[in-house]
Amino acid sequence: MAATKKGLTTVAIYPDWCKGCGLCAAFCPKKVFEMDPVAGKARVVNEEECVNCGFCELHCPDFAIVLSPKNTDTDSSNNPTAKAKP
Amino acid sequence: MSEVTQLIHHYLRHNKKFPHMLCAGCGHGILLGSLIRSVHNAGLSKDEVVVISGIGCSGRLAVYVDFNTIHTTHGRALTFATGIKMANPELVVIVLMGDGDALSIGGNHLIHAARRNIGVNAIILNNEIYGMTGGQCSSTTPQDCFSMTTPFGQLEKSFDIVDMALASGANFVARTTAFHAQLTDEVIGQALANPGFNLIEFFSPCHTQYGRKNKYKNAIAMYQDLKSKTMDVDKYKALEESKREGVMPIGVFLKRDDPALETRYAGVRAKLQEAKQKKAEAAKAAQAKPAKAKEPKPDKGAKGKETKQDKGDKA
Ligand SMILES: Cc1ncc(C[n+]2csc(CCOP(=O)(O)OP(=O)(O)O)c2C)c(N)n1
Ligand code: SF4
Ligand code: SF4
Ligand code: SF4
Ligand SMILES: [Mg+2]
Repeated sequence: MAATKKGLTTVAIYPDWCKGCGLCAAFCPKKVFEMDPVAGKARVVNEEECVNCGFCELHCPDFAIVLSPKNTDTDSSNNPTAKAKP
Repeated sequence: MSEVTQLIHHYLRHNKKFPHMLCAGCGHGILLGSLIRSVHNAGLSKDEVVVISGIGCSGRLAVYVDFNTIHTTHGRALTFATGIKMANPELVVIVLMGDGDALSIGGNHLIHAARRNIGVNAIILNNEIYGMTGGQCSSTTPQDCFSMTTPFGQLEKSFDIVDMALASGANFVARTTAFHAQLTDEVIGQALANPGFNLIEFFSPCHTQYGRKNKYKNAIAMYQDLKSKTMDVDKYKALEESKREGVMPIGVFLKRDDPALETRYAGVRAKLQEAKQKKAEAAKAAQAKPAKAKEPKPDKGAKGKETKQDKGDKA
């Protein structure tokens, strides 16, 4: 929650879990998300603008958003969602 | 922040179907995340925690988390919780109930659990409607609002859950909403550390069954509404009466640490046990002294009988 500088955060959406409610897109203060009308899901369009306020990750009702600091290990073996899938 | 979602995945049961069964934008999902983070932050292990739920969309949450869980019957979650806490006070008991669950069918259990001050953390997911069964009005559906069973508007007044909990004797009472995940984490954390009956009302938007009948364009509009109409309870109290209309206070309303029922019960047990032990010791001492008052009866063999008689003499 501490970092407030732009461009330091990776914002990832797991499309399989996103239900397209639009909360992230509606409330992100930096307009990082956009709703994809065809897929009916959110997508990240402005990652560089993210200030790591944490709102989206705490309020996604489907745990489909992951914020992580840039240039750290985002290897999928560290990613429990990837592990969870059959 | 980066660990937040990973953390949640750590506590989910991955043999269940995901994404979960809740509708898009349902506030119940946000509570589930908050609950997991709060338990984690409290440093509790999965095995120390029992999550008990009733029936309803809210009741489904217990199915998804990897604690000790019981998905009980509609309205009765608190009764199971009371039994579990009395039997094993070491466990941290969390009860998840819908508004119908907690206040309609289970209303009596709620007020008595609060009055007893049983050491249970009750979270009421208030979506102001019976979500699971098709949108019938509940006892928290606001007056004049629409539901499947009140097509001309609800005629009855609704319960204020916070007022009810305060009046019934709960130790800790808080209100939060799905728009306020951080506050929710905070109040669940406080509840987990507080003895006795702790109640949290969590406003949870249900667009599917409630919002769309009440002029909310989508789930987002319901969150927008929660954002704009809520106010910290301390600020709210400072407001003039006339300005309170339409404002919903959130935060901690009451926090005290009266000893919980199970603690008082343990106290009584300890006292009785102590008395019993003293009695036994006194009897032993009496036996050790040679009985002078009476000649021992001519031998009838049974030692136990003699002891009994001794006792009788003393009494
Ligand atoms: C004894 C009993 N009565 C009625 C029902 C039917 N029933 C299932 S869920 C429910 C209400 C759900 O509303 P709520 O408790 O507010 O939970 P929500 O779905 O809104 O989260 C009812 C009446 C039942 N399962 N058992
Ligand atoms: S909040 Fe979550 S589920 Fe809703 S649109 Fe965004 S990513 Fe998808
Ligand atoms: S952390 Fe804040 S700024 Fe970054 S994407 Fe999420 S809501 Fe937007
Ligand atoms: S019906 Fe309402 S309470 Fe039930 S899952 Fe859908 S939005 Fe949530
Ligand atoms: Mg309900």
